[in-house]
Amino acid sequence: MTGAMAWRRRAVNIGAFGLTALFAVVTVSVLFFLLGYIGWHGFRGINLDFFLRLPKPVGESGGGMANAIVGTVKLLALASMIGVPIGFFGGIYLSEFGHGPLGFWIRYATDLLNGIPSIVVGIFAYTLVVLPMRQFSTLAGGIALGIMMIPIAVRSTEEFLRLVPSSVREASLALGVREWKTILFVVIPAAVRGLLTGILLDLARVAGETAPLLFTAFNNRVWSHGWLEPTASLPVMIFTYAISPYEDWHRQAWASALVLMFLVLAVNGGTRLLLPRRRTGAG
Amino acid sequence: MGFALSILAIVLGFVGTLLWNSRFALHKFGWSFLWGQTWDPVAEIFGALPFVYGTLVTSAVGLLIAVPLGLGTAIFLAELAPPRLSESLSFLVELLAAIPSVIYGLVGVFVVVPWVRTAVGPTLSAVLGWFPLFQGTPYGVGLLTAGIILAAMIVPFITTVSREVLLAVPRSQREAALAMGATHWETVWTAILPYARSGIVGSIFLALARALGETMAVTMVVGNRPEIKASLLEPGYTMAAVLANEFTEATSDLYLHALVEIGLVLFGVTFLVNGIARLMLFKMGHGQELRA
Repeated sequence: MTGAMAWRRRAVNIGAFGLTALFAVVTVSVLFFLLGYIGWHGFRGINLDFFLRLPKPVGESGGGMANAIVGTVKLLALASMIGVPIGFFGGIYLSEFGHGPLGFWIRYATDLLNGIPSIVVGIFAYTLVVLPMRQFSTLAGGIALGIMMIPIAVRSTEEFLRLVPSSVREASLALGVREWKTILFVVIPAAVRGLLTGILLDLARVAGETAPLLFTAFNNRVWSHGWLEPTASLPVMIFTYAISPYEDWHRQAWASALVLMFLVLAVNGGTRLLLPRRRTGAG
Repeated sequence: MGFALSILAIVLGFVGTLLWNSRFALHKFGWSFLWGQTWDPVAEIFGALPFVYGTLVTSAVGLLIAVPLGLGTAIFLAELAPPRLSESLSFLVELLAAIPSVIYGLVGVFVVVPWVRTAVGPTLSAVLGWFPLFQGTPYGVGLLTAGIILAAMIVPFITTVSREVLLAVPRSQREAALAMGATHWETVWTAILPYARSGIVGSIFLALARALGETMAVTMVVGNRPEIKASLLEPGYTMAAVLANEFTEATSDLYLHALVEIGLVLFGVTFLVNGIARLMLFKMGHGQELRA
């Protein structure tokens, strides 16, 4: 009886852990499947035209994504101009002064902002910029992406500044250096690599955001001039091309997906190598 | 300081603009907006129930797949895998979360949709066809397909957070169970998982919040038909998807306000679910580190 029990318990032990190992294999193989599949299909669509040409009119094959690539770069530049300062100074505030109730509320608001679905951020930017100006624009898209950048920028800034030991701050303060000078010339330089990494990861994350751009930056099949015209972007192009019925557009959607994924994975992998012990965070 | 305050201002601005720009719909339909079944922009009758239903069902399917998968992976990474392997596998799982959702949608359209149409759907309706959930012709696009994609997208959230929660369980907890003669699995099942329960539930709610608000991948595979059907194989619609598809087409003020109200509902629901997640993670005593 006891022998049978012991055998049963051992079998359950092996079976259950075997199952968890199987689940782990399944989860990781999803990633490899995605990489392989997109790599395979995307690679066939990539050529010089892809980077240098405009999209061709419907029905003609060929053409490229030059305007979408430039559009994405412009959107990201604009987004950083909003997301980075707010995130950076917000993070400094939270790490250096954020111990009181105000700190609590700002931390709470940051978490809340992080949880807002990206499509709702799009609605916000739409009502804020598109409705009053009566047109879709790079500006509106950039603002939407900028807002999306804030919570992660705040959090990573706060996290990295906290890693700076308080003895370093105290040493500087003990020498009679003012607090703002201590933060600016002692604390921030000590954490600068982490801070830049955080921003980079943040950019990689919003680079692939599509939902907030649908009705802010909209789309454009030609060049977008300045900041007040609708613009194409890689993620929105992937969406538009993927649900279209044209074979050639599907090919270009795969190619864009490969470019975007390469960008995101390169940043994630690269920062991992730079800062091996840091959690890159799941979003 | 000023920048920090602007974060508060932005969040308040969200609530304000969402309320203000949905006022016509709020005024006209009241609470019946949530259980009205007709969505007819031409007649200007707006009821959001089909979208609420689709959002709930796709998220439920996603969780049903992702919870065992994610939690199983987390247990493997925390308990069985040697530290180095565990670290590198965790990194791969995190990469899964970094892939943009439109790419999930793309793979969904060209891989998962045909797969459901030719393999999963027919098998399900042949074996479980007596059950209303699995009846009907599989189109490929539909609630089930959206749920499968969502599962792949939210597994990383469950795995990453649960793994950390499991690793944070004190050694004494584990050693006590092992000293009683429990096998390794019995230790996990009777001593570690119960201790980590609120953290794990927190990770699940975190994943749920993501699933509820997920837009692109779902829009591309859910079928976009505002009807409530019993079968998971039928096309449906979700709140996020209707926003993505119809927002630029809103011709009248009331139409626009109805859509913004859907955004407001989405905002409220994810706020609630995220709140529960944070509370659970905070109860684990790691409210700071485990914010994911």
